[in-house]
Amino acid sequence: MPSGRQNPVYAYRRSADQDAGVTSRHHPVVIVGAGPSGLTAAIALDACGIDTVVLDDNDTVSTGSRAICFAKRTLEIWDRLGCAAPMLEKGVVWQVGKVFFRDAQVYQFNLQPEGGHKMPAFINLQQYYVEEFLVDRIGELTRVDLRWKNRVTRVEPRDDRVQIEVETPDGHYVLSCDYLLAADGANSLVRESVGAVARGQEFHDQFLICDISMHADFPTERWFWFDPPFHSGHSVLLHRQPDNVWRVDFQIGADADAAQALRIENIRPRIDAMLGEQTKWDLEWASAYTFRCRKLDRLVHGRVLFIGDSAHQVSPFGARGANGAVQGVENLAWKLARVIRGEAPGELLSTYDGERQRGAAENLLHSTRATDFITPKSPISRVLRDSVLRLAKRYPFARALVNSGRLSAPCRYDDSPLNTPDEDRFTSLARPGSPCPDAPISIDGHPGWLLEKLGGSFVLLVAGPAVPDELRTLPDLTVLELGADFAVTSDDLARRYDLVGGAAYLIRPDQHVAARWRRLDAGAVTRALRRALGCELKEVA
Amino acid sequence: MSALNVEPNFDDADAFYSALIEAHRGLSDEQSTALNARLVLLLANHIGAESVLRDALEKARQSVDEETNT
Repeated sequence: MPSGRQNPVYAYRRSADQDAGVTSRHHPVVIVGAGPSGLTAAIALDACGIDTVVLDDNDTVSTGSRAICFAKRTLEIWDRLGCAAPMLEKGVVWQVGKVFFRDAQVYQFNLQPEGGHKMPAFINLQQYYVEEFLVDRIGELTRVDLRWKNRVTRVEPRDDRVQIEVETPDGHYVLSCDYLLAADGANSLVRESVGAVARGQEFHDQFLICDISMHADFPTERWFWFDPPFHSGHSVLLHRQPDNVWRVDFQIGADADAAQALRIENIRPRIDAMLGEQTKWDLEWASAYTFRCRKLDRLVHGRVLFIGDSAHQVSPFGARGANGAVQGVENLAWKLARVIRGEAPGELLSTYDGERQRGAAENLLHSTRATDFITPKSPISRVLRDSVLRLAKRYPFARALVNSGRLSAPCRYDDSPLNTPDEDRFTSLARPGSPCPDAPISIDGHPGWLLEKLGGSFVLLVAGPAVPDELRTLPDLTVLELGADFAVTSDDLARRYDLVGGAAYLIRPDQHVAARWRRLDAGAVTRALRRALGCELKEVA
Repeated sequence: MSALNVEPNFDDADAFYSALIEAHRGLSDEQSTALNARLVLLLANHIGAESVLRDALEKARQSVDEETNT
């Protein structure tokens, strides 16, 4: 942590569940783990009117920066949930990346964001700030019971509920729930308790991660070195965070002694060699890690639902861990809420597994490929990798092959059974299953953003003419009519949705497209809505 | 989907072959391996089509495997 910053400490409070003589310690949802996934899940379920209890064994936020790079889609989700503003204010926006091989720059890229989106392509922000802002948001909510220093010691899934045993400073207590969300991380106790096994690949290369505060004027860019003279044979990543803190990530190989590498007298020469001895810096935090790329075969185990690292782990290259996790939570929350409220069949939860298995598989594929490029596993793969880097300096074609991490992009749920496949022709990419692109709009003359009007409930986005009354009275459906409810201030909406005269989009509560038509038809909308709620899954089953 | 062309296609097969050998002249084994890698990458980009490239990879691998098994 930067000098001067102290992580907040959250007080342990005795809950009513611990009082003797309490007859019901049963809750609709218990979330185990107050990291980015668990906290986001609690906020998203609160927004759906669902009470949650969050149990965390600690009393503070993340130690060390950990996840630092948050993507546009993740920020859009947090914005919908009312937590993005402090993150944007604190976070560092970056868009230039440079790639070096040995002693020279190979090329640079600019993730120049496309205009007409509220959120930037990426911000860098330490995980401890993210968690703090999420906890702050929970403080404003009424349906989240966040319990610090509540360590789960046992989880017992039963047919009609899940029983949970908890250890606190005041001793032991037992509670139960209809659904348990396992957000307890890579070494999930819940996963062990239900006998779920994460499968995938283990990587033996070790990495040394250092957060340093610098008093140097360094540009806000992502620098990636392959085999630099100051760290021969390995890779190094330099990335800026707020508070003048920089992330330096050294690949140190499979055989390095991590305990030795972590000693300050061994860290200092590494960083001095990189920055030059004249650069003044202080070490804030250091950690050594290896990583695994793996996921569960099933994210839904009866009443136990896995989110975040307990469900899937990826290599850090591409910032796909926390970003993938938040997108998974957003996918689950609206479905779980509707099942609990009795508005959708239990089968809807199986589509959390289907859709997010696809998302996790994409994230795993990209992060595994990046890992294989960064750490070649055989002499010939090193020759090919180095050849790509040599060619990339001169020929643009080879830059497409340079892989220092393919940065997190949202998954399109193309084959989801919740989609109503297109029957009409559209020129836009916002096809069923895709996340909705943002666009600038105005409401009553005030500038705003389309995504601010989507989500929470289903939304029928229409471009006239008259919307049948029967669609205006459907529960869980909000009509958003171009012209009547909002105006456009650019051609972004028309381009991104191909939304012209009479066309309509049915949009899910997680801002993914469920269906779209050239001509609005009330019957088709009702059928698509039933389908998107999983009602047809029930009939099949 | 286009397939890899395995019919004769060189303008001048003999000229290409001698140019290929010539390109490796004076190189160590290590340098030759690097040259081959670069050549593969340059040609692969020129072809571009994934199906053709996969077909080429398969046929090349098959040829090596057959050699090993006989």
